[in-house]
Amino acid sequence: MSREKIVSSQSSPSSEVVGVSPKRRIERRGQILTGLCVMLVVVLVLTLIFMVCSRGISTFAKDGIPLGSFFAGTTWNPHQNGADGVPLVGALPMIVCSFSVTLLSCLLALPFALGASIFVVEVAPGFGSRVFRPLTEVLVGIPSVVFGLVGLGVVVPWMRGLVGGTGYGILSASIVLAVMILPTVTSLSTDALAAVPNAYRDGSYGLGCTRWQTVVGVVLPSALPDIMTAVIMGMSRAFGEALAVQMIIGNAPQMPAGLFTPASTLTSVLTMGMGNEAMGTVANDVLWALAMVLLAMSLVFILIVNLIGRKGGAKHD
Amino acid sequence: MTSKDATGEKNAPVAEAEDQAKAPSADYTATVRRARVQDKAATVILTVIVVLIIVGLAAIIAYILASGAGKLVDPGFLTKKPEQFKAGGGIGPELFNSFYLLVLTLVISLPISLGAAIFLTQYAPQGPVTNVAKTAIETLSSLPSIVVGLFGMLTFVLTFHWGFSILSGALTLTMFNIPILVRVIQQALEAVPRDQRDAALALGLTRWEATVHVLVPAAMPAIVTGVILSAGRVFGEAAALIYTAGQSAPELSWAAPITSLANPLNVFRPAETLAVHIWKINSEGVVPDLTAVSAGTAAVLMVCILAFNIIARIAGRALERRLTAE
Amino acid sequence: MTEAAPIQARPIDPVLHTHDVTVDYSGKRALNETSLSFESGTVTALIGPSGCGKSTFLRSINLMNREIPGCVIGGKVVYHDINVNARGIDTLWLRKRVGMVFQQPNPFRKSIYENIAFALKSHGMTKRADLDERVEKSLRSAALWDEVKDKLHDSAYALSGGQQQRLCIARTLALDPDVVLMDEPCSALDPIATFAIEETITDMASRGICVIIVTHNMQQASRVSNRTAFFLMGTMVECGDTPQIFGAPKDQRLNDYLNGRFG
Repeated sequence: MSREKIVSSQSSPSSEVVGVSPKRRIERRGQILTGLCVMLVVVLVLTLIFMVCSRGISTFAKDGIPLGSFFAGTTWNPHQNGADGVPLVGALPMIVCSFSVTLLSCLLALPFALGASIFVVEVAPGFGSRVFRPLTEVLVGIPSVVFGLVGLGVVVPWMRGLVGGTGYGILSASIVLAVMILPTVTSLSTDALAAVPNAYRDGSYGLGCTRWQTVVGVVLPSALPDIMTAVIMGMSRAFGEALAVQMIIGNAPQMPAGLFTPASTLTSVLTMGMGNEAMGTVANDVLWALAMVLLAMSLVFILIVNLIGRKGGAKHD
Repeated sequence: MTSKDATGEKNAPVAEAEDQAKAPSADYTATVRRARVQDKAATVILTVIVVLIIVGLAAIIAYILASGAGKLVDPGFLTKKPEQFKAGGGIGPELFNSFYLLVLTLVISLPISLGAAIFLTQYAPQGPVTNVAKTAIETLSSLPSIVVGLFGMLTFVLTFHWGFSILSGALTLTMFNIPILVRVIQQALEAVPRDQRDAALALGLTRWEATVHVLVPAAMPAIVTGVILSAGRVFGEAAALIYTAGQSAPELSWAAPITSLANPLNVFRPAETLAVHIWKINSEGVVPDLTAVSAGTAAVLMVCILAFNIIARIAGRALERRLTAE
Repeated sequence: MTEAAPIQARPIDPVLHTHDVTVDYSGKRALNETSLSFESGTVTALIGPSGCGKSTFLRSINLMNREIPGCVIGGKVVYHDINVNARGIDTLWLRKRVGMVFQQPNPFRKSIYENIAFALKSHGMTKRADLDERVEKSLRSAALWDEVKDKLHDSAYALSGGQQQRLCIARTLALDPDVVLMDEPCSALDPIATFAIEETITDMASRGICVIIVTHNMQQASRVSNRTAFFLMGTMVECGDTPQIFGAPKDQRLNDYLNGRFG
């Protein structure tokens, strides 16, 4: 009753204010619509993990291959049985080789990535945002098969001339991978350096330090967690790269004997094999087990990144 | 070792400097001079690294374009069908397939990514739902594309019985593209000044209206640039496609009925793209002019991707100018 | 019933009053219990040193603080006898009736015309002729019409800062609010643009709108306002008619502030 007492010259507000307005309904619909998009993505990811794992696990559950002979076995020939009657599905050579190319390519890329990001953040910021970043975006856009082709046409013959042999191998693949992950690592570590507050630099310059002393003594240490994240992201990309590596590594599923001999990574065996083995056979199941290892590794990389983020997070605030 | 030496030297002069504040010791001046020289040297090395990267990038692009130049100037190369056993084949169907797949992928992935990005930035910027969703998107973005491709094969090709087809390929590429697009759109929306949203809310508009009519238009230049750049990555993707869209390219004819494998728009036909073509002929090709064809295809791919890059920037800048009316 | 309502009740019934309004950010108190009342056709200035809670209070009146995660508004905000700080009250409706102008001019990245017509359309005005009329009327109210009538479809960002701010005022007036909240509307403007905004404020009040303006500029407060409230460290210290506040402050802290001892 008391509401009806106030009567302004405009329409009485009490009638408009109760109930759900049509605008609220629009809002509700928007929320549901966009929420469904998010749900869809989450469901897709969960389905993917479930499908790949369920096929991969059947190697061990259905085909009865012991975990040991998969992860520790060194001979890969799924169509033949070993002395113990178990198919020869030792994935260790591929696992070792995948890690080797990943680490090696990161080692090769890191000095360049770090140097470039120091340059564009500390020495020439304008050049960095106007010229260098667009250029690295071009580098990101070059398809991996094209990198593979350049590797075949340039790196492999060059290796062959330098050390002899076929030219295919871990080092050739690592060089190509290093170029491929360079833009990822560079742009992430550029962001890491740029996030260091200027007050830190001013403190160092105020003490009479040179730019280089400031970078080494102040900027790099406080950006270290984010630079590690950048490196892990680069490793994650290198670990999962398939076609460029497959074109250059030589595709010999054997324990790598050195940097210059042909080898096989998890991805290259998958790429080559999946088309040739019929679904449901042991030879096909073990390929899914390899895919599961790849999946697990990329989850581990994410976990590491998140752990670094949690530990080093909020440090600049 | 070296760092210890450096601090040792640095500390000593400071102590001395306190004693004789007026005249810095010879030691101290030497340290300063050394620091200056180090600084110069570091700058030179950094510059060399950046120059090396730029020259390297230019060399890669020049190499690709130069090795493919022979085929690029061959007028039939872009329209003819590929040959299996003899020289002189073209990449007509592959070129069409690449664009067709790209368009389909964008049509599917753009609305989903836009919706997800709006939800994450506007409706639930914090909270458990968002954390799960962010982790899921992060996971998807770091999955190897070959794994996404194999999942596509398992689901679309085998379980749904769509076979090696454009549809299977486009849906797989959608999974590959969603995390990239969500991040691009999210960043673009977050870069719109807060006061734009406040203004809309203070006028009694819903968040939905504020987003659709104010934030998205204001973020459009960045969204367009990001989407076109991501289109370049979809365009060149091969690993996710070899077991989903297939490795064969039937000859196309616009006269064929839509159900025929020859009809270009039939989404249930296998469709090899440019990138897959390069991989295919290099790994198992028997054509005599293999090197020339793959170099030519790579050059075409490269030209398209450079074009995407340039268009992305021009379009973004043009939109920006229209919004701010300079 | 409605038509017969006596209009002389106006001065007694404040259009808006707050009763023990408090604001907490993530459990930290930013504004202590504040009770003030605001009448139609008057300008009330909220003054005080930065961080004193005057903007926080202003943003609680149209519940804008609710858009900040972790922010809780307590107490009653009574608008036309309705406590709007309660469950089930439609904030969209409230914000249409209680307009707000921000510190930085923030026109939408749309044309001048669309900046005003956009919210009108959203609130249900669809006819082109109605829109045209309302756009012109509100631009005239904000003293901007003569300057922009020939370029209504140009981007709002082609205008000067002062013009942009007047466009924001016009955008708010177009919804026919009876309260307009202004959060330091002149702090980003030059003196000439400031003068134009102050004239618009006086004009709004003369047409019966209740204006509440946050300002750090005491000269501005004494020029435009009828009443002034002084805030300090999250507390409303003193409120009264503007001449009394500046001429004969009762509270020692206000006196010190006016004499420049702090702030």
